[in-house]
Amino acid sequence: MKPKRYGMVIDVDRCYGCGACMVACAVENNVPPPQSSASARTGITPMRVSEARNGKAFPESELAFIPMMCQQCGEHTPCVSVCPQLAVDVDPNTGIVSQIPERCLGCRYCMAACPYHARYFNWWDPQWPAGMERTLNPEVAPRMRGVVEKCRFCHGRLQAAQSKAAAAGHKDIDPADYVPACAEACPTGAIQFGDLLDAGSDVAQAAKGPNTFRLLEKIGTDSHVHYVSKREWVRDMGGAAKGVKHG
Amino acid sequence: MDSALIARSVRRCSFGRFALWLAPWLGVLGVGAWALWLCLRYGLYQTNMDNRYVFGLWIFLDLSIIALGAGAFFTGFLLYVMKKRELKAVIGSAVVLGFICYSAAMALLAVDVGQPLRAWFTYWHPNAHSMLTEVTFCITCYLTVLLIEYVPVILKTRKLRQIPAYAVFEWELHKLVPVFALIGTLLSFFHQGSLGGLFGVLRGRPFAFREGFALWPSTFFLFILSAAAVGPSFILLTTWTVEKLTGRRLVKDDVYRLLCKVSGWLLLTYVGAKAVDTMIWINATAPRAGFEAYNFYLQKPFGPGTLMVEVLLLGLLPALLLLRGAKEGGLAMINGAALACAGIVLNRFVMTIQTLALPTLPFDRFLWYVPSWQENAAFGAMLAYGVIVYSFSYRYLILFPQEKELSRHVS
Repeated sequence: MKPKRYGMVIDVDRCYGCGACMVACAVENNVPPPQSSASARTGITPMRVSEARNGKAFPESELAFIPMMCQQCGEHTPCVSVCPQLAVDVDPNTGIVSQIPERCLGCRYCMAACPYHARYFNWWDPQWPAGMERTLNPEVAPRMRGVVEKCRFCHGRLQAAQSKAAAAGHKDIDPADYVPACAEACPTGAIQFGDLLDAGSDVAQAAKGPNTFRLLEKIGTDSHVHYVSKREWVRDMGGAAKGVKHG
Repeated sequence: MDSALIARSVRRCSFGRFALWLAPWLGVLGVGAWALWLCLRYGLYQTNMDNRYVFGLWIFLDLSIIALGAGAFFTGFLLYVMKKRELKAVIGSAVVLGFICYSAAMALLAVDVGQPLRAWFTYWHPNAHSMLTEVTFCITCYLTVLLIEYVPVILKTRKLRQIPAYAVFEWELHKLVPVFALIGTLLSFFHQGSLGGLFGVLRGRPFAFREGFALWPSTFFLFILSAAAVGPSFILLTTWTVEKLTGRRLVKDDVYRLLCKVSGWLLLTYVGAKAVDTMIWINATAPRAGFEAYNFYLQKPFGPGTLMVEVLLLGLLPALLLLRGAKEGGLAMINGAALACAGIVLNRFVMTIQTLALPTLPFDRFLWYVPSWQENAAFGAMLAYGVIVYSFSYRYLILFPQEKELSRHVS
């Protein structure tokens, strides 16, 4: 099997913050319904749509929605090196940063290390209202209380695609068989997904486009999630936490 | 009631008075134990930590009490390795304080992680690149060493000394204490350093990230130096406090002055190193990561004043006071030690809470965090545990060998 670098290109100008990607992600990955006392800061949102403003007054004010998930860092992956018991790793065949909930101590050091705030802790025991457990996705194991979780580019779907390819006697999966739930659900097609090493793929070409940027690029994490916008102030956000008023 | 257990050479208050002193602390311990149970039973949502403030009050206090507990390893180092014999007068107290600080920190850590029963995984699946692995190995080994160092102090009690086998064991163990002190020093050096390294290696947190030497960022060395500097101050401060509370003289002035001198010079060295490190971070490390250091200080309430207070008011000033106290004693000594301890607590606060508070993404906002009553109560329990263990140790063990001689002078 050829090594791959799965990644995304997200068109910020197309995103209007509907949140369909967040819902699709939660359903696909068996994220439990939030407890009554949960807040935006304690909930589990492996895909989270953030809001950014250009800081100008009306009529120059502008708004952008930034879908945020684990950026699948390729270099100096901050969460991997800090985990004391090897519960986090980068799959060399896919470039996907994995998380093993069964081995996680729940120390949350990886969360402190992640500059993208893309990791979430299970503060509660996962509970589904009676009957709702029948909606659970059998391909994905629910996580227990006290462990960290994150976006793994819908790993259950990758495994299903690999099983399908193996059954058909193929070494490589058909790219059409593996699309994360958020990319599938986005009504405007703002999220493109694929192998960044496949030069002919749409996602690899889009990642090299003139208006692309990556968040916190100077930190040197070589993230596999690229953003694209025709607006300069949005692209400037790739540089650092400066020059843009916080929304 | 318990006079048969108290050493012949010293005087202690009545048991009733001792029980009255312990009662409120036992109450605090009880409330804290209830809070800890709630966290273990229902989950860490009982605290006010969240996905941004993943480390809260407990980690900040853990780092602080471990830094203050460094007095144990550094006093052992000065006594057994540097042959500063005067410090024999406080080594017993230093060992008890170190044991209290480290065991309390470990107890809090056990509740602070989401899956405490998996703690042994760190030994089974260790990540050699993680500073937390280094912390875990060192803290558990050093706590064992402290326990071994504590045992001879316990075996010296009046009743236990009457058992010949214990007396022989204590004597044999006592001969090995310098070896354990050396091992403890090494472990504690690494442990203090790796706690600093925990934050210094966070490339994704440019406020904390530092360049360094080999595997270790500069914060690794700064944490060792600051803990070594403030440890003696904490020993000085606790000894002085116990003297005031009990109304007895426990150590001679030359011991205080030596602690003062060591603490003062090391603190001065630390302040210099910290200043150089800060300048390198402002001018090179932070800009390389795409951040201007002044941006970090635009977030209220963490203005540049915090840095100034840490380095000047709670760094340079106590260093100078301690050096003056080493010559003159008196208030300069006590104020210097108290300010130095406050300085290290502020430093640990900055490294933990401020690091997490500052947003890294351009569209993130500054967020507040207020610890829940459970977090506060759990910390209260650790404080109460410390007071109770120290009170028992002071009452029944010989923590200050000079006490007998000094009380004879008074009488």
